[in-house]
Amino acid sequence: MPWDRNQMAARAAEELEDGMYVNLGIGIPTLVANYVGDKDITLQSENGMLGMGPFPLEGEEDADLINAGKQTITELRRTSYFDSATSFGMIRGGKIAAAILGAMEVAENGDLANWMIPGKLVKGMGGAMDLVAGVGRVIVVMDHTNKHGESKLLKECTLPLTGQGVVDRIITNLGVLDVVEGGLKIVETAEGVTEAELRDATEATIV
Amino acid sequence: MKKIYDTASSALDGVLQDGMLIAAGGFGLCGIPELLLQAIKDAGTKDLTFASNNAGVDDFGIGILLQTRQVKKMISSYVGENAEFMRQYLSGELELEFNPQGTLAERMRAGGCGIPGFYTKTGVGTVIAEGKEHKDFDGETYILERGIFADLSIVKAWKADETGNLVFRKTARNFNPPAAMCGKVCVAEVEEIVPLGSLDPDTIHLPGIYVHRLVQGTHEKRIEQRTVRQKETA
Repeated sequence: MPWDRNQMAARAAEELEDGMYVNLGIGIPTLVANYVGDKDITLQSENGMLGMGPFPLEGEEDADLINAGKQTITELRRTSYFDSATSFGMIRGGKIAAAILGAMEVAENGDLANWMIPGKLVKGMGGAMDLVAGVGRVIVVMDHTNKHGESKLLKECTLPLTGQGVVDRIITNLGVLDVVEGGLKIVETAEGVTEAELRDATEATIV
Repeated sequence: MKKIYDTASSALDGVLQDGMLIAAGGFGLCGIPELLLQAIKDAGTKDLTFASNNAGVDDFGIGILLQTRQVKKMISSYVGENAEFMRQYLSGELELEFNPQGTLAERMRAGGCGIPGFYTKTGVGTVIAEGKEHKDFDGETYILERGIFADLSIVKAWKADETGNLVFRKTARNFNPPAAMCGKVCVAEVEEIVPLGSLDPDTIHLPGIYVHRLVQGTHEKRIEQRTVRQKETA
C-alpha cells in the first residue's frame, strides 16, 4: 500500500533532528508538525516568526498573529518575532536547517518546479525561491504521479523552475529518493510497494 | 517632534502625486496600513506603482485601489487572493513584477540603507534571473537585484511615541520596517500614540528617524483565514 498524506508527513518528520530550525510549506508539509513527537524543533514562519505554535482555540484568534499561509496561529514560550528582511536574512544566510515543501515537478538533477503553470492563474512564488536557494536541506513531499498517472519525478522539469539543483530528498507516496550524481537513488519504498513498482512510476533516471 | 495628524487624509496632504512609487507594509491583510490606503482611494491619486508583498483582497487593502483603477503596477511576491487583480492583469490593464519575497524585503531594506544593488542566489536559473547581471563568488552564481527607493512609504504599527519611534505587534511587523526605511517620506498609522518616555528605548523596533508623519486611528484588522483547533477534552 502506498503511503497516505499522514504517513508521508510522518516519514518526513523522521528527517528532523533535535535542535533544528525548520520551515514547513503549505499542504502535506504543514502536517509534519503533528509528527515531530518529543524532538526539539523550532518552526519558522517566513512572515516573521520563529517558534510557531498550533492554531488558536475558538475565540482566541489574533489578527496580528498569522502564519505564511495567512492562517491564525499561536505563539510558544520560545517564540520570537522579526521583520521580513530579517526573516529572509536567516533563510538566505543558511540558518534554517531544512525546508519541507510540496512540488509539481522535480527533476533528476534536483531542479524544482512548484510555483507556476504557464497559461493558468499565476499567483506568485511567495518565499519559495528564497527558501530553496538558502536553507541547508530541501525535502520535497509530494505524490509520485499526477492526476493523469504521469510521473512527477522527471528527467527535466517542463514547468518554470523555482530553483536549479536545489532538492536533496524526495518523499512520495511510494517511497523516499535522494538526488545524487547521475540521477535519483532509492532510499526506501513504502511498506508493500516494490522497488519495481516505484521504478515503473518514475520517469527520472534511477541510479 | 514629528507632525501628528488628525486623519489619514491630512497625513497624506501634499505628498501624493500621480505616477509615484509607494512602498507599503503588511503581509496578506496583517499589518497593512488600511487607513492610509483608504485615504489614497479618497484622494483619487492615479497611475500608482506599489511595492507590496501582496495586493490585498477585492474589498480590503490595496484591493480597494484596484477597484478604482488607481494602480498601474504591482511589485509583489504573491497575489493569489484577489480576483479583480487577476482580471485586470490578464486583460493587460495592470502591470505585475513578481519578486521573490525575500528579494522584495531586501530590496526595500537596501534602498533604505543607501545600497543601490546586492547579489543574491535567490532565483538563479529561473525566470527571475533573466536579464539580470550574473556574478560568481567563491564558485557560486548570484544575480544582481536593485534596491528600492520609493517616493512614499505607508506603514502600520501598534504604538508610536511623538518622535515617531515605532513598536509593532507579533507578525504584524513583517514588511513594515523595510517598507518604512526605503521611502523619501514615510507616513505611519498606529493604534496608539503614547507620551514620550513611555516606550522602553531598548524595545523600539523602528527608530523615529525613518518616520516623518503619524496618524492614530481605529483599525478593522481583518482576518484572512480564521483557523482554530478544538479544545482537547481530557
